[in-house]
Amino acid sequence: MLNRTADNVARATPEPLARRVRGISDKGLAWLFISPTILLLLAINIFPLFWAIYLSFTNFRANRPNEVVKNLGLANYKRILTDQDIWIAMQTTAHFVFWTILLQTVIGFTLAWLIDRKFRGHAFWTTIILVPMMLSPAVVGNFWRFLYEPQIGLFSYVISFVTGIPPTNVQMLSNVDLAPWSIIIVDTWMWTPYVMLICLAGLRSIPEYIYEAAEVDRASNWRQFWSITLPMALPFIMLAVLFRGIENFKMFDMVNLLTGGGPGSTTEVASITLKRQAFESWRTGYSSAFAIILFVAVFGLANIYVKALNKVKQR
Amino acid sequence: MSLTSAHSVVAPSANSKLVAGTIIVAYALISIVPLLWIFATSFKTPPDSIAYPPKIVFQPSIEGYCNLFTTRTRQTPEYINSLGPATGFCDETVRKRNMVIAGPSNFLPRFVNSLIIAFGSTFCAVFLGTLSAYGFSRFKVPLADDLLFFILSTRFMPPIAVAIPIYLMYRELGLSDTALGMILLYTAVNVSLAVWLLKGFIDEIPREYEEAAMIDGYTRLQAFWRTVLPQATTGIAATAIFCLIFAWNEYAFAALLTSGSAQTAPPFIPTIIGEGGQDWPAVAAGTTIFLVPILVFTILLRKQLLRGITFGAVRK
Repeated sequence: MLNRTADNVARATPEPLARRVRGISDKGLAWLFISPTILLLLAINIFPLFWAIYLSFTNFRANRPNEVVKNLGLANYKRILTDQDIWIAMQTTAHFVFWTILLQTVIGFTLAWLIDRKFRGHAFWTTIILVPMMLSPAVVGNFWRFLYEPQIGLFSYVISFVTGIPPTNVQMLSNVDLAPWSIIIVDTWMWTPYVMLICLAGLRSIPEYIYEAAEVDRASNWRQFWSITLPMALPFIMLAVLFRGIENFKMFDMVNLLTGGGPGSTTEVASITLKRQAFESWRTGYSSAFAIILFVAVFGLANIYVKALNKVKQR
Repeated sequence: MSLTSAHSVVAPSANSKLVAGTIIVAYALISIVPLLWIFATSFKTPPDSIAYPPKIVFQPSIEGYCNLFTTRTRQTPEYINSLGPATGFCDETVRKRNMVIAGPSNFLPRFVNSLIIAFGSTFCAVFLGTLSAYGFSRFKVPLADDLLFFILSTRFMPPIAVAIPIYLMYRELGLSDTALGMILLYTAVNVSLAVWLLKGFIDEIPREYEEAAMIDGYTRLQAFWRTVLPQATTGIAATAIFCLIFAWNEYAFAALLTSGSAQTAPPFIPTIIGEGGQDWPAVAAGTTIFLVPILVFTILLRKQLLRGITFGAVRK
């Protein structure tokens, strides 16, 4: 079928064009194939990025496009770096990223380590465990709001049933102390399978003969775990941490629907602050500067991390 | 002890398998509860959905689905009695709550938007991605590593940061709240995944096939069409599903850049409200319909999942 299509295409191509296509050099073809992608990314990603950089030096407001735009120099950046609210948002983000990664890595690795025992039916249960991470964080996050409802929500009910706290007092989303944990719980529920899957690949990449050799040397199970399993799976764990770290640093959808940054600003992670500044207060110039700072931060951290990862891999 | 075992000395014992199996099954069951709860809630009546204690056993009803697809207005009993007999189950259910169906809701158009935008952007991303991946895989491209890193780095940008200038740009170009604008944007986001994944798949196809084809007189383009593409079908299909899932699930851009005619389902579903707050059975019904395609794809994809979620970094 495909062969015939190719023939038809070849035959239907007008002779002068066909000569040109046939005569095209490999180098020309390479650029012909690659340039559309590069052009698209330049138009949709890089051009807007430069526009944002330009805006970050101005007092432009998107809701007042006709006002005269003033050049502020670095004033926006100075204000952001000294703004108390921005630092609180960064701390909230750090708290969220730290705990989600810690919980997901510990639980995810443990699950992978258990699945690696290859008990009967492990493939089926692995697929079941993987389901939450494929779903839309927004749509599922929205539904968790229902599970967290005091009294009528399933989560609150189970908590009050287990702990004996009156069901109306389990206020996960409106309690200042609990709200940051409510988003950590949902994120951990969703993304632990992701870490688990990568860890599983790491564990399966360890050749069996190493364990056999350790067994001959009478290394204890404990010893085998610390000197074979963990070090050999480490590059994989780090890869999972890298991806989760970047994703959670950018976290927006799930938190926006679950708490919207509230109560007050207790769950206001960086992206929520950015949205509030850009699309609610319409401080476009100011929020562009914040966006650039966030982008540089993610990019810088990712770069450092990739270098560390390569070092671990080479060992 | 291991001497008596017929298996490898390092095979896990039956006991440890049992313990591991029990913990995994328990985790799987607990983690699936929220999804089962969504499914169950979609078949509850609104009073059942907010009962205390939460109802596990209940009389199933499709009221949630009725409410999802319709808008309703409250009427006096006299008016409702003056109407003819109810046409269909939804009509009947709604009238019992002293309401009449006023018309279709926005769910179906939003769902169709999701389909158009997800499939449109997936097609574009996979098309561009296949060409670029082949280019990077087979030719000596100057600065190839830098270009590949550049393509990947576009993924590091927080979506809200990208949305600010895109919002202004689309306003100037008249692309705000259009399917075309969303397709372009999702294509740009997905093309990085497509290039990285497909490059991995195409790298695995031996060059000898094309070289043999070219010795037989095919041009490079014909060899690409006839030998590489058929071999890459599985990879292209898997990549397409990953792009589809991303576009289908995406919320941040959709919420900020669309409001009406091009709005997709994720920003719409949370806005489904009934009288006095969120209509949870209707939200659950919308969520169920929205999630089912992804469940099917997850099962189809399970062998390629690892590769997809790590941008091809882990292949196994």
